[in-house]
Amino acid sequence: MHDMSAHAVGHGAPTSFIRKHVFSLDHKVIGKQYYALALLAALVGMFLSWLMRIHLGFGSFAIPGLHLLSKTGAPGDVMTPEYYLQLMTMHGTIMVFFVLTTAPFAAFGNFFLPIQVGAEDMPFPHFNMMSFWVTFVGFLFLAASFFTGSGPTLGGWTQYAPLSAVGDAGGPGQGLGVVLWATSIGLFCIGQLLGALNFITTTLDMRCKGMSLMRLPLTAWGWFITSIMGLTAFAVLMPACILLILDHVAGTSFFVPSNLVINDQVLPHSGGSTLLWQHLFWFFGHPEVYIAIVPGMGIVSHILVTNMRRPMLSHRVLIYSMGALALLSYMVYGHHMFVSGMNPVSSLAFSFPTLVITIPSTIIVLIWLGSLYGARLRINSASLFSLAFISMFISGGVSGFFLAQPSIDIMLHATYFVVGHFHLVMGVAAMFGIFAGTYFWFPKMAGRMMNETLGKVHFWMSFVGAYCIFMPFHYLGIAGNVRRYQAFTDDYLIPLVPVHKFITIAALFTGLAQLIFLYNLIHSRFKGAIPPNDNPWEGTSLEWSTATPPVHNNFGDKMPVVYHDPYQYSVEGASSDYVMQTSPEKINSPDEEK
Amino acid sequence: MATTVHEPPQIEPERLPSHGSGNGGWRNLVPAGGGLRRVKDSSPPPASTGIWVIMASITMTFAAFTSALIVRQGGATDWRHFTLPPVLYLNTLVIIAGSVTLEVARRRIAAFMGGVQDQSKDQASPARWLYVTLCLGLLFVAGQTLAWMQLRSQGFGLASNVSYSFFYVLTVAHAFHVFGGLGGLVRVIRKLHCGVLRRSSLDATARYWHFMGVLWLYLLLLLWMKL
Repeated sequence: MHDMSAHAVGHGAPTSFIRKHVFSLDHKVIGKQYYALALLAALVGMFLSWLMRIHLGFGSFAIPGLHLLSKTGAPGDVMTPEYYLQLMTMHGTIMVFFVLTTAPFAAFGNFFLPIQVGAEDMPFPHFNMMSFWVTFVGFLFLAASFFTGSGPTLGGWTQYAPLSAVGDAGGPGQGLGVVLWATSIGLFCIGQLLGALNFITTTLDMRCKGMSLMRLPLTAWGWFITSIMGLTAFAVLMPACILLILDHVAGTSFFVPSNLVINDQVLPHSGGSTLLWQHLFWFFGHPEVYIAIVPGMGIVSHILVTNMRRPMLSHRVLIYSMGALALLSYMVYGHHMFVSGMNPVSSLAFSFPTLVITIPSTIIVLIWLGSLYGARLRINSASLFSLAFISMFISGGVSGFFLAQPSIDIMLHATYFVVGHFHLVMGVAAMFGIFAGTYFWFPKMAGRMMNETLGKVHFWMSFVGAYCIFMPFHYLGIAGNVRRYQAFTDDYLIPLVPVHKFITIAALFTGLAQLIFLYNLIHSRFKGAIPPNDNPWEGTSLEWSTATPPVHNNFGDKMPVVYHDPYQYSVEGASSDYVMQTSPEKINSPDEEK
Repeated sequence: MATTVHEPPQIEPERLPSHGSGNGGWRNLVPAGGGLRRVKDSSPPPASTGIWVIMASITMTFAAFTSALIVRQGGATDWRHFTLPPVLYLNTLVIIAGSVTLEVARRRIAAFMGGVQDQSKDQASPARWLYVTLCLGLLFVAGQTLAWMQLRSQGFGLASNVSYSFFYVLTVAHAFHVFGGLGGLVRVIRKLHCGVLRRSSLDATARYWHFMGVLWLYLLLLLWMKL
């Protein structure tokens, strides 16, 4: 029987350590590898944010040992203005690409998508393995820039031209640092394209008997929609990175204009378009927001349904709304460029779909809230973080209404208001989605339960801490606090310094909570309680039909057959509180697709 | 290189759910309460879907390059027009010929798989046409290399002007993707000789190869109009 299953999955169970844990073809191992990479990247990103916040709150404060990270960037353990910008750039890049994209999409998606659709693996396991390792090498390229002569790039995670394309004349890290950055992101794009290829084909072609598209859980839909976005968005960012690298290493002039003078020197470029980079970048950049958040939407919906013990108000409308978000995300990218001097008519053209995209977002939120209304929610770490996801998405989304309008955005664009907005709506919300997914699926991934008490402590510290950090950002922005400044010495900014001190303390407090999570994760991996059965949350989807943790080909010698829609809870007349998708029990559910 | 194929390569029979990961199909609902009905697999095999996904991704990449060219040229005062190296037109014929030979190979192998082989023809011919396609593909890449060398010998390198930059970027990116097609062809030939060749793999490779041809025609038109 083992041989049969090995044949069906396309690759046999690995026997050596290297094939089992390093260059594995198993989607579950690849998912865990992605999770580990995201965890490492998140720790690095959080550490960088601590350094930045300490500098912003207590500017002249010497951070012991900082000079070890960079002698030129932190002489006397106090960071230079340039080094602040370098850390800020790396924080943004690491968090957006290697955490927010990697964890909810690549990590959880890899582990659970094939299981949830009833497949034994992804159809192209070698591409899947390459996907992770190319991404990992990309991360190494980015990390390597910390150890080059002038350090990493300081141009921000958006790498606006011409600063990103002028080379060393642009400041520390603008030569080799940018080349490493662009190479890293280019590799990341290739990795995610390979991943998207597998996700799409898995969803369309690998579903088990009875698993129609509408019987897919909301998580699978989230990953499927995200993979389509990734396929189109990363395919655009990669050429942009190639052109940027060529401007550096081949002397081309794609992005650097004529007669650009830096430090009294005329740069040897001609006629480049500074806005070209912004167009290419934001065509990727706005869908990237949804690449980060849509998997989280699927995850929290899945978790909430399981804990509410009843389906969402409308499974279909939720799916259609996520699809609408994906479609509209390509039409709104220009709202990131309102201050680029674009034609006001163009601004309106981008403003309108930006306001329209709030409609599917609002529908999704209303479905969540309407479904939660009156529900007897089971309170646990996963459901708490799911609720917090919704809270953050609403809080961050509301400020999006303001920024969607060019006349207001022009005033707020370069301020902390925008920082607060995107941190809440795509940063913290997506992180909370990751936490929710971790607490929920940890038993299936690791075969152990996480500690619930520590999970709730982690939740409350993170929830309160995140609001203490990011709500004041809006106030700072309205008060005119320009973002990306490393010090606040202007008269009108000095009164705002106490706010920055408060935010710094909140950031350190919230960071401490993440160390609790890390402890819980590692401790539970080895010492956590054994789950009482394969389905500790009494879920209905296919991952709860598998062994804990799942065997090599997921379902052993018997492939699943699906009889029901994904969320059959509290069905009248059913033999129990929930009916699993694989249960042949006949039920009379109003939600069941006929 | 004569090749004798002794028996039709194995192809997967209809993929039913009992054969490992099956296809749910778009509307293959199994009614609750038992009463399973045997459902016909209506979803395409992953290789077929996968190649469309790959082509969509490549289309987006070249769309990005194209929009970059248009935006960059739009406000440029330094744009220099030049005549494309004539060898490109010859290369165009080569890649079209490659598509034709591959299609001949694909149809013959498909007929062979279906047991509709023409006894009057040499059984080795399917593989032979694949080799011809492989050679034409390599010839195309060699021709492109010749075009790059011609331009460089005239003093027009990658950075000499942005119009040349785009020429090199687009043609090199296309050649890089053609190498992917060549790799696919080698894989098909290898499977044909000493493995199990799936019909879907053959069709996917052919589709990709034709796509490379169409993409090249598009690029040639773009370069001819803009450069």
